Amino acid sequence: MTLHSLSRRSLLKVGAAGLAATALPFGIARAQTNVILGIVYVGPKDDYGWNQAHAVSVAALKALPGITVVEEENVPETDAVAKSMESMINIDGANLILATSFGYYKPFVVDLAKKYPDVQFRHAAPLWNKETDPANAGSYFPYLNQAHYVDGVAAGLSTASGKIGFVAAKPIPSVLSNINSVLLGARSVNPNATVQVIFTGEWSLPVREAEATNALIDSGVEAITCHVDSPKVVIETAEGRGIKTMGHNASQAPLAPKGFITGAEYKWETIYKAYADDIAAGKTPPNFLIGGYNNDMLRNTPYGAGATPEAITAADAAIEALKGGAPIYKGTLKDNKGNVVVDKDYDNYDPYLDGMNWLLEGVQGSIT
Amino acid sequence: MTAETATPPAPAKSAEPDIRLLKLAEAVTIPALALIASALAFSVFLILIGKDPVQFYQLIWTGGFGSSFSFQNSLQRAAPLILTGLAFAIPARIGLTMIGGEGALVLGGFTAAAMAIPLVSSGVTPWITLPVMAATGMLTGALWLGFTGWLKHSRGVNETIASLLLSYIAIAIMNFFVEGLLRDPSSANKPSTMPIGDAYRIGSMPGTDVHWGLAAGIVLAIALWVLMSRTTFGFAARMTGGNARAAKAQGLPVGTLMVVSCMIAGACAGLAGFFEVAAIHGQANASLVAGYGFTGILVSFLARHNPIAIVPVAILFGALAAAGGVIQRRMGMPDATVLVLQGILFVVLLVSETFYGRFKIFQPKASGDRT
Amino acid sequence: MDNPVLTVLIAMLGGAIRVSTPFMFVALGETLTEKSGRINLGLEGTLVLGAMVAYAVSYLTGNAWLGVLAAGGAGTVLGALHGYICKLPRVNDVAVGIAMMSFGTGLAFFFGKPFIQPQAPHLEAIPLGAWSDNPALAQALEVNPLFFVGIILAIFLGWAFKNTRWGLIIRMTGDSAASAKAMGVSVDLVRFLATAAGGFLAGIGGAFLSLSYPGIWNQGLSSGQGLMAVALVIFARWDPVRAIMAALFFGAAGAIGPSLQAVGITQGYYFFNAAPYILTLIIMIISAGSKSAARDVPGELTMK
Repeated sequence: MTLHSLSRRSLLKVGAAGLAATALPFGIARAQTNVILGIVYVGPKDDYGWNQAHAVSVAALKALPGITVVEEENVPETDAVAKSMESMINIDGANLILATSFGYYKPFVVDLAKKYPDVQFRHAAPLWNKETDPANAGSYFPYLNQAHYVDGVAAGLSTASGKIGFVAAKPIPSVLSNINSVLLGARSVNPNATVQVIFTGEWSLPVREAEATNALIDSGVEAITCHVDSPKVVIETAEGRGIKTMGHNASQAPLAPKGFITGAEYKWETIYKAYADDIAAGKTPPNFLIGGYNNDMLRNTPYGAGATPEAITAADAAIEALKGGAPIYKGTLKDNKGNVVVDKDYDNYDPYLDGMNWLLEGVQGSIT
Repeated sequence: MTAETATPPAPAKSAEPDIRLLKLAEAVTIPALALIASALAFSVFLILIGKDPVQFYQLIWTGGFGSSFSFQNSLQRAAPLILTGLAFAIPARIGLTMIGGEGALVLGGFTAAAMAIPLVSSGVTPWITLPVMAATGMLTGALWLGFTGWLKHSRGVNETIASLLLSYIAIAIMNFFVEGLLRDPSSANKPSTMPIGDAYRIGSMPGTDVHWGLAAGIVLAIALWVLMSRTTFGFAARMTGGNARAAKAQGLPVGTLMVVSCMIAGACAGLAGFFEVAAIHGQANASLVAGYGFTGILVSFLARHNPIAIVPVAILFGALAAAGGVIQRRMGMPDATVLVLQGILFVVLLVSETFYGRFKIFQPKASGDRT
Repeated sequence: MDNPVLTVLIAMLGGAIRVSTPFMFVALGETLTEKSGRINLGLEGTLVLGAMVAYAVSYLTGNAWLGVLAAGGAGTVLGALHGYICKLPRVNDVAVGIAMMSFGTGLAFFFGKPFIQPQAPHLEAIPLGAWSDNPALAQALEVNPLFFVGIILAIFLGWAFKNTRWGLIIRMTGDSAASAKAMGVSVDLVRFLATAAGGFLAGIGGAFLSLSYPGIWNQGLSSGQGLMAVALVIFARWDPVRAIMAALFFGAAGAIGPSLQAVGITQGYYFFNAAPYILTLIIMIISAGSKSAARDVPGELTMK
């Protein structure tokens, strides 16, 4: 699945001008505006993590002519998000809504898309289903596990033992895939590599994240990465204890001048720019837009002082392979309970992987 | 807390109509003046940070009340707060500071969703399933907070800290099951229980976009007002709140009163959890932990633990939340703006309580002294 | 590390030292305030504002200790405001506290935006474990000076409440305003000062969060620690030394969850993460029923 083929899934070809005709009871200054983009964030938009990555990318759109951006932060995954999005439609006249948290999709985005068929909704997780979900809804999502695979490769060659620690928020597929990909990346260069994971249970809980980092270091890991909303605590704590680090969500390189290896980053701007271009050309943005290294939706943070020369060479090679579509999950693989979970080579976007509920053999941790 | 602070100044027993009217005028005028005063205070804050207060208040109006959509937005957000406000108010009247509504809401919602799984999968009609779910949620909440009341009465365990601890434990229980035993395998990136499905979800009230939780909250508020002010139970409860020792000496069943009050509170919070599941999420997941239980505490205090007054106060909260989004979008101000406004507004409203009985204009002519 | 039991125990020791300090300062501040007969539930907001102010000042001046002072100052202002408002007749201190929580948190979030990303200078820790060749133990014994300040302060307060004139005045004000007035004590003034001082301590607790451990500023930093610390005062029965013990216990219990996962006990981590709450409740239920609990309550508290 490439960006190009996905674009052809676009079902609606509604002109942007037509969208903008939505009546506006309370006009904001929008004399020549024909697209009003509303974006909702689940946390503060300057959290130095997940939300900030979106906010920075969408800020680039503000400069484009004909686009107004309205933003709302700290919107919980309750009916508050439904009402916030609906308020953007009713009061600001938004005709493109970006919902950036997993839990926004069902039931909120789906219900609202049915209620407002003239408004386009796009949600940041690969959940849109062509058969069951409204045609004016859609998904976009870069598969960050590819970049975490690269992290694993670099960490495998930047540590002696290959013991890697992972501070994770919740055992959901996108997190599990990042953990498994770090392991597979590390194992591709060091067959003895292991990943030890600690779940904090929350997306943002700095004290417990610091405790988890310390516990991992005390158990002997040599490098640490994480999947929480704001990785600053994890990176700083590990750097303070002389442990190497890999980042997540945004560049944490400045936080770890000594031990930073590399980090997994989204390039949301590729997607948001594509949406803007579609809109400018009078096209409806694609309903399903996913990708990774092959279509410029990811990057790895420039290598830090923690990365060895061999690690850099191997990681660069891994990136090139991923750009060519090299699969990460290659059969046969067992989970850490002994069951075969990968029996063949899976394409990096195979839907089977979206339902991942296992940790591979070599990962110490449990998802319940 | 004592009865003096927990109840509004009681009208004189043989209240003549004009005295009642004066009291009512006082009860409306003082909060209104407080609203204006806090708006002015917040204007100073806005001017200091270089924002336009006029635009700000226009947007509050636009976002909270200014259109049918906005007002319904406020009402929808108020719905759970009425119920969690009641969950704090009822034990408060009997002298208990029970801050565990959050836990009762979460567990009530979770058990309601869990109860729905077998019923929905065996195709039982929504007319049976939904009441069973509601009863389950209320019963769970009642038992959860009732346990706190029982601990207080029988073991002398402080109810404030116990109910706070129990809230954290309730959230852990819910997360444990939602991400483990009762997880719907298809709820990939948002671990949840099995969805009850659209056919079982409670829709909006006819002609509105607001779910039935609002109606339930208003009905319960009226019912509990009657219970607390017009029945022997309410009288005994308030007497216990005023002086537990004296109440005991009078032969009142203080322990039973405490446990029952806590159970009523838990049932209110559990019902709020049921509506979150049946009307909003369609399943139980971590989004049940939305802080409604804690916001309910402040709602109850501002309403002076009066069940009826909780309704407008909850709507005010809902309106501020609804308007907060518009403020962010139009003025580019952070989400925390509304927190600051809320803080100032609530402090001023609470300070205004000191003025009851101080304005001569509201005092009956016969007695010029302070109440 | 090979011995899992030892690993968990060392982690709990480290957790007690690292995590307990903010609980200590807030609990001590609240103990002081409540001993005078006033409740300040708003210390969660004070803690958050203290954390933000400390981080901002440390970042802007390059001096972490200036940040600590500024946090104390911000806490004093909030405490004084609370103390002033609550002396007005008919105003309920519990309710005002909750409103002040919203106000303090709001201010911190509002003005804290620009300080989430930058790195501010941290408070230097004292490497008491440098003698050990066990890195985990050495880390566990890296102790922040504020930790010792908290303990010394608790012992001092415990002593002062019993043995000084000021301690007596505060306790008398808290137990019976009428008798304090009869002695010519200005009840309002004592409570005002005790509330302001309580705010100062809670602000310092916030400085520890942002400048020592976990050593960042963001909006999720406290996540209710201030509220929990206020509740711990009841658990500690208004005794400063017991408040310290409660804080240490809470910190140690909080380390159970992550460290059990680190040694491979991973099932049911939600309950292990909730260990501090579960254990505290169990202890309360076991130790309750004794008459001494009721005896320790300051008689003037509006919430017992």
